[in-house]
Amino acid sequence: MTQAKQPIIQIRNVSKRFGKVTAVDNISLDILAGEFFVLLGPSGCGKTTLLRMIAGFEMPTEGQIFIDGQDMSLVPPNKRPVNMVFQSYAVFPHMNVTDNVGYGLRISGVSKGEIRDRVAEALELVKLGGFEDRMPDQMSGGQRQRVALARSLVMRPKVLLLDEPLSALDAKLRAQMQFELADLQDKVGITFVTVTHDQDEALSMASRVAVINKGEVAQLAPPADLYEYPANRFVADFVGSVNIFEGKLTLDEPDKAAVDCPGLGKIYLNHGVTGPHGADVWVALRPEKIYLHVPGKGKAVRAAAQDAPDGHNLARGTIKGMSYLGDITLYEIQLGGGQMIRVSRPNLSRHDQEDFTWDDKVSMHWRADSPVVLLS
Amino acid sequence: MMFNRTPIAPLEYTRKLWMRSWVGLTMLFLYAPLIILMVFSFNDSKRNVVWKGFTLKYYEKALHNDSLVEALVNSLTIATLATIVSLVIGALAAVALWRFRFPFKGLVEGTMSLPIIVPEICLGVAFLIFFAKVDWPTDLPWPLNLSAITIAHITFCFPFVAMVVRARLASFNKEEEEAAKDLGATEWQAFRDVLLPHIRPALVAGALLAFTLSLDDFVITFFTSGPDTITFPVKVYSMVRFSVTPEVNAASTILILLTVILTFIALKLQGVKGIAETH
Repeated sequence: MTQAKQPIIQIRNVSKRFGKVTAVDNISLDILAGEFFVLLGPSGCGKTTLLRMIAGFEMPTEGQIFIDGQDMSLVPPNKRPVNMVFQSYAVFPHMNVTDNVGYGLRISGVSKGEIRDRVAEALELVKLGGFEDRMPDQMSGGQRQRVALARSLVMRPKVLLLDEPLSALDAKLRAQMQFELADLQDKVGITFVTVTHDQDEALSMASRVAVINKGEVAQLAPPADLYEYPANRFVADFVGSVNIFEGKLTLDEPDKAAVDCPGLGKIYLNHGVTGPHGADVWVALRPEKIYLHVPGKGKAVRAAAQDAPDGHNLARGTIKGMSYLGDITLYEIQLGGGQMIRVSRPNLSRHDQEDFTWDDKVSMHWRADSPVVLLS
Repeated sequence: MMFNRTPIAPLEYTRKLWMRSWVGLTMLFLYAPLIILMVFSFNDSKRNVVWKGFTLKYYEKALHNDSLVEALVNSLTIATLATIVSLVIGALAAVALWRFRFPFKGLVEGTMSLPIIVPEICLGVAFLIFFAKVDWPTDLPWPLNLSAITIAHITFCFPFVAMVVRARLASFNKEEEEAAKDLGATEWQAFRDVLLPHIRPALVAGALLAFTLSLDDFVITFFTSGPDTITFPVKVYSMVRFSVTPEVNAASTILILLTVILTFIALKLQGVKGIAETH
């Protein structure tokens, strides 16, 4: 499998400026053969521009893009070994499914018999067997997307580009398509590069994610690393939900560190953070990593916090808001200093034993390996 | 009680009396003159005033009137040529204006629609002076003797085609064209396979517009026609100057029928194509 780790796309110092606006700012990254790569970022961050540069619809102002080792600078879109699934799907409305899927093969002069076989195979792959004669306006959005997918896959590209593939689908279908896309990628073994603003989508499908902010790569990591070890506040905040507190680094040794957060209290970590002593840092704490209990009760659970010295990793507050989401309940808790912290709690049983409600005084604690210290 | 009608809902305009009568009046206003013209083409009388009985003799007479038939053939020839050329120029102009950004684009767009705005009489005089100045030959054999009129007709027909095509292009999803190129299509293939099918209805509509505009144009044709070239509207005008005989009615009825049939065929072609694509 080491052979599959060759970079199929190399992006080298690529910038794109539209007049005075810089859409992509000196990005360099490698996309490996066979991986499911996701470009994640808020709208207007330059991720779509980057994808369109790979496809050849935009030319980089600076830098180069290599696909399979070949410089793409002078290669027009119709000569590139990549295919794209557009956000609007761009299914040709005047052609039926067979003609849509066979279009690329037809204009490249493939024999009729081969077109028929490959179209059938591609339709089977996206589970559209039996839809051969349908016109696009007789199909749902999800089905049209499958046509667009088949139309690209039938070309056997080295890389398949997908521009916000799931944004137009409803929630249920989106969840299903996330699995199907990952499954499909596994089956065909083609490198997928997807653009999305939806973090769930990125986390569930990607083998690696590049978080893009203001035209730059904020972090490039596998989904779990992105969530558990965000590199900066932007990533911590953009991927998932998080509580961020400002503080000062008071202790930093190879096996432990401590941060003094005026808003939250003393925070102890069971690993070093390698930041300058006394530096301004931010502590990120995910809502689901905080245990909630009534002060004085629940001692057994509290044992989990005993990996920190006394008085560390504990906080008290008052419940100011609750939202019941079925699988979890979200609590908005006001800390002593007036700041709000968000805590989520899985509803493990149908009837909650603790039965928290508004204005309850609660205490919180968390494990010493839960907080993430961010330097930027 | 069981004969009670269901009450008229607020949006059921077709069931409201005032609405029906208003529609009826509008129809009458629009079509009464045409119907009278057609009915009196069968009138067995030299005058067009009193109904004397049914006859087809004026149709026979009209069809045996050589100069009338010649005028009709001229008109149809001019209209066909003008339509084809307008279609090509108009569609290309529309695509160019839609796709590209270039200096003085607004000016180009404005001047292009000028022939629509400028009064016909001015255009007519302009053409008269222009063709005289360049010494356009008037004694050419058929159909070259129609060239001056045809050129004039193209001038005021193609902006209409361009306008209709432009409006249609606004609804085109550019990603479709990009998808075609992404799948390996050249610029020309993408145009032929994706853009052209999208604007086809506009091309049919534009062609119909151009054809009818050219066919019934009087003013500009009157100024640009040479001494020996005559078109149908000009011929009818010269016949009417003596007296409005049922022969004129008959000729006009034939023309109306011809345009209706042509329009019908054009729309049908469009429809058949659409149906054929679904199967």
